[in-house]
Amino acid sequence: MSLLDNFLIRAALAGLGVALAAAPLGCFVIWRRMAYFGDATSHAAILGVALALAVDLPIFGGVLLCCLLMATLVSGLTGRGHGSDTILGVAAHSALALGLVAVSLIPGIRIDLSSYLFGDILAVGRADLAVIWGGAALILGLLGWRWSRLLTATLNADLARAGGIDPGREERVLTFALALAVAVAIKVVGALLITALLLIPAAAARPFSRTPETMAMLAAGLGAAAALGGLRLSYLADTPAGPTVVATAAGIFAFSVSLAALRRRARRD
Amino acid sequence: MPRLPRERVVSLVEIEGLDVRLDGRPVLSRIDFRIDPGEIVTLVGPNGSGKTTLMRSVIGAIPSAAGRIRRRPGLRIGYVPQKLHVDTTLPLTVGRFLSLPVRIGAASTRAALEQAGAGALLERQMSELSGGQFQRVMLARALLARPELLILDEATQGLDQPGSAAFYRQIETIRDETGCAVLMVSHELHVVMAASDRVICLNGHVCCHGTPEHVSSAPEYRALFGTGTGGALALYRHDHDHRHDPDCAHAGGPGHDHPRAGTERTPG
Ligand SMILES: Nc1ncnc2c1ncn2[C@@H]1O[C@H](COP(=O)(O)OP(=O)(O)O)[C@@H](O)[C@H]1O
Ligand SMILES: [Mg+2]
Repeated sequence: MSLLDNFLIRAALAGLGVALAAAPLGCFVIWRRMAYFGDATSHAAILGVALALAVDLPIFGGVLLCCLLMATLVSGLTGRGHGSDTILGVAAHSALALGLVAVSLIPGIRIDLSSYLFGDILAVGRADLAVIWGGAALILGLLGWRWSRLLTATLNADLARAGGIDPGREERVLTFALALAVAVAIKVVGALLITALLLIPAAAARPFSRTPETMAMLAAGLGAAAALGGLRLSYLADTPAGPTVVATAAGIFAFSVSLAALRRRARRD
Repeated sequence: MPRLPRERVVSLVEIEGLDVRLDGRPVLSRIDFRIDPGEIVTLVGPNGSGKTTLMRSVIGAIPSAAGRIRRRPGLRIGYVPQKLHVDTTLPLTVGRFLSLPVRIGAASTRAALEQAGAGALLERQMSELSGGQFQRVMLARALLARPELLILDEATQGLDQPGSAAFYRQIETIRDETGCAVLMVSHELHVVMAASDRVICLNGHVCCHGTPEHVSSAPEYRALFGTGTGGALALYRHDHDHRHDPDCAHAGGPGHDHPRAGTERTPG
């Protein structure tokens, strides 16, 4: 096997791992209307990169820590984690700006910021791959284990409480999974486009789903297709990989929405 | 329904001196409340009087500013909230909804829907149901939890009049068959009161409570609702007297100040 095959295969595996974990999580982001919350969390990742470089921590650890802190802070400020657009908007953009400033302040290090903003999937090494698949497995395991409880809490907090479920705990589980997803995905699509990878496949799956489970599985399939298809396109057209993957996902979304509209019209006639 | 001797009845929920504040505003004050196995207790009161808040306190959804809420350990609660919005982004069939959070077999799901008069809805999307269909599905789900306490917050909203009368008859049947207690809120005073063992009239505090006859003739109640429902009550009320003995239904244990039926009045 040639070297070229190897890094492309590694890239494909990395994209696949992130897409599979992002899909069910992205469903919750949509159901709970947490898109802005996802932005705030993922934009804190750059701050995490700065922190990791400053204190010589692994990037993954710094990002996970900062994302968790940001997610907790924002949940606290907005009460239910996705309450106020304003607070979330302020947090998302401040985190990004602060992160960019912080990175520039670190003495003696010149880093390629764009690889953290937009990902550097072709540079994924074996260790990265282990982190990505480990993280993805943890996210999927967590969501699978608590699936019913998460769904009930998402549907209605009081309904969950009456059934003996603590909706606050389920929210913390989702927050943790989200921070983990950001830490895992930053190498693949970068901090700016992580929310896109969460949202778009899940949104594309929505019109063709009748239950939460089918939506999550369909989203996983579409996300995987976007990851592999996007990588292939970026290789052929020599475009940046992360943005190409997201653009492919957007294409799939546009196709899905059009198809759904056609189907509705056909039913009406 | 045979009742255990008073000493051996453990209340499902017991509330003493409960104060609740929402957004810093006092919503409930000095609430004393208990519900025993098999009782049907109805909360009445004008809009904003704290009925929903009291129910949410009972299920443990709201921290109390003062007082004590004791639920029997392991109490199974079936809850039909006043409002439940199913977001259109969430695909959810009626069948799947019934299996949340506990997976229910297809046969039980079907049976529960049939019983709630919603048999044809199994494959429909929750976000596409009419108000009345939605309420029937909510009741079916609440019953699948085999509750010891069924909490219904304006559960007949969206039902037509025969539908709502049938609904209350069904609640009584369910109570008689399963022995579960029922705590409900309704604005259909005369119908609800006819089906209740006890009525609590709420307006931020407990205005008055006791048997439906007692409450409907209490001046506090009349001040809130007028006198019109008294006559209607007599019409709708059929013989429920065998169901409870007013003396044992309301006597509080030591340390509780639940006055006896027929004499209670909360000052204020
Ligand atoms: N989440 C909340 N935050 C602040 N105030 C609330 C909230 N929910 C209800 N309230 C207030 O508490 C009072 C009682 O409301 P509620 O219990 O819903 O009354 P009811 O069910 O009797 O109509 C109302 O004045 C309402 O405005
Ligand atoms: Mg209410």
